[in-house]
Amino acid sequence: MATVKPRLYEESKEELISGSEAVGIACALADVDVITAYPIRPYDTVMQYVSRLKADGAFDFDFIIAESEHSQFEIVKHASAVGARTFSGSSGVGWFYAFEAITVTAGLRMPVVAMVGNRALDDPGAFGVEHNDAMAVRDLGWHLYWVATAQEALDMALMAWRIAEDPTVLLPFALSCDGSFLTHSQAIVQVPSQDQVDRFLPPYKRGTLQLHPDNPITIAPQVNEDWLMEIRRQTDEAMRRTSAVIRQAHEEFREIFGRGDPSPFIEEFMCEDAEIILVGMGTLAMPTRVAVRRLRAAGKKVGFLRIKFFRPFAAEEVQEALGDAKAVAVIDRDYSYGSPSGGGVLFHELRSTLYPLDKRPLMLNFIAGLGGREVTVDDINMMTETAQKAIDTGKIEQETTWVSVRE
Amino acid sequence: MATRAVEVVYRGIFQRTLARNIVRQIVFAARKDGKIGTAFGRYSDSPERNGIPAKQFAVVADTALELEESLAVYEATMVDVTINVDDTMCKGLESWAWYGLQPINEVTKPGGTLIVTSRQSADALLEDIHQKKDPYNLSIIPSTVSFSGLWVFKDDHTDMRALGAMCKACPELVSIKAMLESVQEQTGNEAKVASVQRAFDRGTSRPVEPGEGNTETPFSFDMPGWKTMEEGLVIRAQKEGTGFRGGEGGYTPGRSETFKKWSTRSMRPVINFDTCIKCTLCWLQCPDTVFDITPDGLYDANMEACCGCGVCEAVCPVPDCITMVGEPEFNDNSSQYDAWTADKDGYNKWMTVLVEKQKSETRTHGFHHVGGYAEEIAASEEA
Repeated sequence: MATVKPRLYEESKEELISGSEAVGIACALADVDVITAYPIRPYDTVMQYVSRLKADGAFDFDFIIAESEHSQFEIVKHASAVGARTFSGSSGVGWFYAFEAITVTAGLRMPVVAMVGNRALDDPGAFGVEHNDAMAVRDLGWHLYWVATAQEALDMALMAWRIAEDPTVLLPFALSCDGSFLTHSQAIVQVPSQDQVDRFLPPYKRGTLQLHPDNPITIAPQVNEDWLMEIRRQTDEAMRRTSAVIRQAHEEFREIFGRGDPSPFIEEFMCEDAEIILVGMGTLAMPTRVAVRRLRAAGKKVGFLRIKFFRPFAAEEVQEALGDAKAVAVIDRDYSYGSPSGGGVLFHELRSTLYPLDKRPLMLNFIAGLGGREVTVDDINMMTETAQKAIDTGKIEQETTWVSVRE
Repeated sequence: MATRAVEVVYRGIFQRTLARNIVRQIVFAARKDGKIGTAFGRYSDSPERNGIPAKQFAVVADTALELEESLAVYEATMVDVTINVDDTMCKGLESWAWYGLQPINEVTKPGGTLIVTSRQSADALLEDIHQKKDPYNLSIIPSTVSFSGLWVFKDDHTDMRALGAMCKACPELVSIKAMLESVQEQTGNEAKVASVQRAFDRGTSRPVEPGEGNTETPFSFDMPGWKTMEEGLVIRAQKEGTGFRGGEGGYTPGRSETFKKWSTRSMRPVINFDTCIKCTLCWLQCPDTVFDITPDGLYDANMEACCGCGVCEAVCPVPDCITMVGEPEFNDNSSQYDAWTADKDGYNKWMTVLVEKQKSETRTHGFHHVGGYAEEIAASEEA
């Protein structure tokens, strides 16, 4: 196990790095003990980066290249059980190949942190971003967060260990980073100092749940129907508890590092008094913010709500943010074939969230940017116009629209 | 609004580090000028394929807000400067994620600059570079193409010369002062700083008028929509071949009408039809069914199908019967067999000159490098 404390950043410093490199630096700053890896694009960029840190002697950790993604996630699960801070990750069908290990990680309450470099699922083989890969853990007890910038990738990786390893939570954390836009683009990132990180992130202590000769325990038994519901309810309760932990961590993060949105769960951009609010996740934020800014300048009451935590889903905050809008246009970088409106996963989550409101906004869904296709300012304008038309006529002609798809 | 963009066009894998050095250095230097920037590769080139044209970008803005505005478009549709680090790509670019041939200057904005590393003259390059309807500038960095083999970065200061030339062509993007300071800080290498300065001092550009250049219409095709595309991810096999060019005798294989990849090659085979022993090896080993069999049993390479891999040269048992020759020697994809049948003496004379010249060329097949760095740096300083 790693013994030498890395001192990569004595002082806070600007770096020109990709989102993946930002996560790699976070691994070093968090003094991760065990990293497992198996190459698949675009996640592999973080694997390459931590390899270099290790080769350069800048960051000491146990680096295990597994023979498959399944083993990769099994290994961090076990390492987490003995008290090691862990990091792993994958993309697309690689993530799916690890799925048995991924489900048990949450079931066993192992606070593994994983980066999902979002990638379209095969077939066809494609490297571009879609959100269906990471989305598959949404029901299993994993935290699920969508990052929009390289800076946020670094910041949220640090938050991830803090939240996941909280003794009242102990649930794994998937950090979703859009393939290409985040994993392969280099931006100026403010890297915090080691001292700042040490103040924010306490060591991982598993306490009486730690697998150790001095604490003889068995984990992962076989059970029957007399036991399972109570176990599920415990995980459910842990997922409910994590919201308060996230809030607390977020407050301290803002205090120590001096940056961060008002809310850890959502980002509201020009939502106040907005009649039309666009909703999306990840790097979609970039063109959407630009479009919204221009529409505002033209006098249109338009806003953008970015969902950051998909799990836990901050239903009350989202209700608050969207409740006064006349129309909500949800942009899904994913699909759910055969779903109620033939639309995306995020759309149905939002419609369900807004259902209890007395006054419900009109809801439209746009499937866009699949496989890494660019979502343009014109696309966003089209969505806004469609929503405006629904407001003007009081009815929705088509619930789900595929954007910029060749007919 | 002051946002400026640079694209670096390079040969995948072979010149990746070179391109990355250039775009990163631009962003570092811009930071010295108090600006903010981002550097990224075109993701659809990724994973890069050996030698296939690829792009990296640097985008620089005065403020973070302006940078975000410009990044609403992921791949710049207009750049202030295009830097091409292999002159054979002046013929156009085809990415591996195939969508036709793009002129090298396609996104160079009106009044912008195309910088090319080349030993060719501007006039020679403009025979390849497609015409534009707007004026722009062409700047040549006189140097041998920077290649050292797979993944190997040839530290011959091509990156530094490109940066110096870029500061000259577009001082609004990065000042030479900031660039020199930044290169010193990032590399700690005086010789590199000197290379930037020298390229800046010597940088000249030639205006290119609207309509000047290659008049060829770049190959393009319509991509099918979801209603017309066959379901089930099926790709049909190519149709069976025919007699030579559809006639009697010989053989022309079925080829895709839309999938071509000639811009991938930096060299092409030149064939001596008189010494060919008709052994079939080139035809058999070619991975791209490039060779047509002529009615008289010779092998004619189709230059719309050839990616320039050089297997034919490697397997040919006859000395100098197939020779890979640098692309700058050619301005079209016409048939060598036709040229030979039309005028055998003329063809053989042309071919002999090319083959002899090739022996003294530093560009070798497979993007290898011949000669020492020191000699090349000295030579380019004298140029």
